[in-house]
Amino acid sequence: MNEVITAIRAVPLEHYVVLSLILFSIGMAGVLFRRNTIILLMCIELMFNSVNLLLTAFSAHHGDPGGQVFVFFIMLVAAAEVTVGLAILVMMKRNVDSIDINQINRLRG
Amino acid sequence: MTRDILAALVPALPLAGALVNAAFRRSLKGNTAGLLATLMVAGSFVCGVLLFMGQEVVGAMHDVNMHQQDAHEGPAHVVKLFDWISVGGMDIPFAFRIDALSLTMVLIVTGIGSLIHLYSIGYMHDDERVATFFAQLNLFTFAMLLLVMGANFVITFIGWEGVGLCSYLLIGFWYKNPAYNYAARKAFVMNRIGDLGFVLALAWIFSVLGTLDYGEVMARASSIDTATVTGITLLLFVGAVGKSAQLPLFTWLPDAMAGPTPVSALIHAATMVTAGIFLLTRSSALFMFAPFTQDVVLYTGLVTSLLTASIGVFQNDIKKVLAYSTVSQLGLMFVALGAGAYSVAMFHVTTHAFFKALLFLGAGSVIHALGGEQDIRKMGGLKGTVKVTYVTFLIGTLAIAGIPGLSGFFSKDAILAAAYQEHPAIWVVSLLISLLTCFYMFRLLFLVFFGTYRGKAHPHESPLVMTLPLMVLAVLSIGGGLLNVPHIFGGHEAMKHYLSTAADGIRNERPELSATTEWTLMIITVALILLVILFAWNRFGKKATIDPEADELPFFQRLMARKWLIDELYAKLFERPYAWLSTQLDRTGERAVMVPLMMGPGGAANKAGQLLRRLQSGNTGFYLFGMVVGLIALLAWTLYNA
Repeated sequence: MNEVITAIRAVPLEHYVVLSLILFSIGMAGVLFRRNTIILLMCIELMFNSVNLLLTAFSAHHGDPGGQVFVFFIMLVAAAEVTVGLAILVMMKRNVDSIDINQINRLRG
Repeated sequence: MTRDILAALVPALPLAGALVNAAFRRSLKGNTAGLLATLMVAGSFVCGVLLFMGQEVVGAMHDVNMHQQDAHEGPAHVVKLFDWISVGGMDIPFAFRIDALSLTMVLIVTGIGSLIHLYSIGYMHDDERVATFFAQLNLFTFAMLLLVMGANFVITFIGWEGVGLCSYLLIGFWYKNPAYNYAARKAFVMNRIGDLGFVLALAWIFSVLGTLDYGEVMARASSIDTATVTGITLLLFVGAVGKSAQLPLFTWLPDAMAGPTPVSALIHAATMVTAGIFLLTRSSALFMFAPFTQDVVLYTGLVTSLLTASIGVFQNDIKKVLAYSTVSQLGLMFVALGAGAYSVAMFHVTTHAFFKALLFLGAGSVIHALGGEQDIRKMGGLKGTVKVTYVTFLIGTLAIAGIPGLSGFFSKDAILAAAYQEHPAIWVVSLLISLLTCFYMFRLLFLVFFGTYRGKAHPHESPLVMTLPLMVLAVLSIGGGLLNVPHIFGGHEAMKHYLSTAADGIRNERPELSATTEWTLMIITVALILLVILFAWNRFGKKATIDPEADELPFFQRLMARKWLIDELYAKLFERPYAWLSTQLDRTGERAVMVPLMMGPGGAANKAGQLLRRLQSGNTGFYLFGMVVGLIALLAWTLYNA
């Protein structure tokens, strides 16, 4: 376990922050500009994981395992969220025969 | 204690009947509803009789002691149910005053009321809203009982408003006819004018005496200065004018005939319209100290009576004749009140309740027999077909005309005597009114029952449930005079003595006329009445003379047939200016000021909503975009402030 932490510490903290920022931005851009719902879900996961990466990096650099524990929780919740998201996706496909996010505007008044 | 329970039951029973009938009006069948309502009022009547018998003993005892103790209250028994309004110096309990005056009225209201309820079972048999009808009729009885039994002005006022409401509801009972609704509204509005006077009088009494309890007001009436007591009594009289249909507020009563005939009999002849006379008698202690008001009462009554009696001569609607006759008789009662003869007025209230209820129910029976026909020009010759109705109607006519021996003779003669004591000229006018009464009543009788039938319907006698009340009322109309037989006929004026225990005014009435004067007046009256009957027989009995249409009559008669153009006058004087004012206010106030004021902010909110609506596009991508922009803005704001 200690080797992992040493390995993480080998890279300077700024690099993690920049990488995480890049990943998050990619995810956000995907959410904003793509219409395919599967891609949307994947982008959300990407954003999650950029945050996870950041948490792990800070945790290792500060020598506080709390951050890594949080990461596990987040992954757990994300898994649950994905099941729900995919279920919605299936229903959407069945009902409107499309997974285009702009097709689910039936609630419009 | 028993008396307290009985007194509480008297108004409680009709109220219960009204509530049950109103609550189950959809499921109750006609006869059940009617029977329930009738039994409730009859039960109330029984309670009243029990109270009366219990009180008689007290009254007799009081008579013995009356000369020793100068008790202002008389043998009144106040039944306090609960504290009602208790604020600061004001303390108004919900209490009933059981004395000779209130019991007399209770017996009239419930006694005649139960007969009319019984009659209504037959009359309203085919109506689809019969349970509603009986609920309203019971509610009326309840309100009327509150009015007469209240121990203070406020309870009386509740009843006063309650009977007004029920009158409105029942006049407009057949609400699908717009004319009937108009009549109901007219009655309500005119009553409100009177009610305003009543309320102001109450406020004034309270500000002067600090109490509204009858007993205390009566006891302290003499302590008020003349100007104040004149003002108070004038305002009370305004209330009485509205309720009892006197000039200038009488025009609602003839229109009130739009209601079902039992309603006309109960509310607009026997009970509610006499509330004004009751109120004046109740507060006679105040009126005694206001001679000016008494004069106003007398002349208002006299003019109203003469005017409406003359209108009655040319009416062709059977109920309208009776309605004008009622206003005219009420006017005579006010003449008696104005002359200070309170017991005489109450006596005429009683006998009038008997024979006018009888006449109205008889008219209802005729209308029923002819399938809704009310025009006397299309009647005639009904003597043979509706025998019971004919005989009872004849008795009622003889009673109201003042044929010696019948009830109307005694009470009308007493009024004429009181008028003579006031001034012989007033006696002459009152006599003229009685002769007119006699004339139009016999015209009605002859045109309806004599000659040959001029209509097309097939007359049939009414069922027993309707004729039975007629018979009972006929007996009362004959014998009602025995209640108050004057001394010259060897009587003791029993009713006057009984009532004198309740009202100061009656104890202070003038002594009777000398026997010679009274005999002379009576003989003149009776002779003239017989002459008038002969004249009416010549004109309408032997061969029915139908008066031509109003336009073809000579000027004076045309004025009478057109009701002295009073309705037209009011239309010009009040209705049109009011409508004009309303139109002007609609144009200036409503449309120029109120509408922009209200619609401005409303319209702005509407516009804003329409603009904001576009944000709710339903496009998920747009929402996500909004969310991200919002988050970035939030972050930026946090960073900026950090």
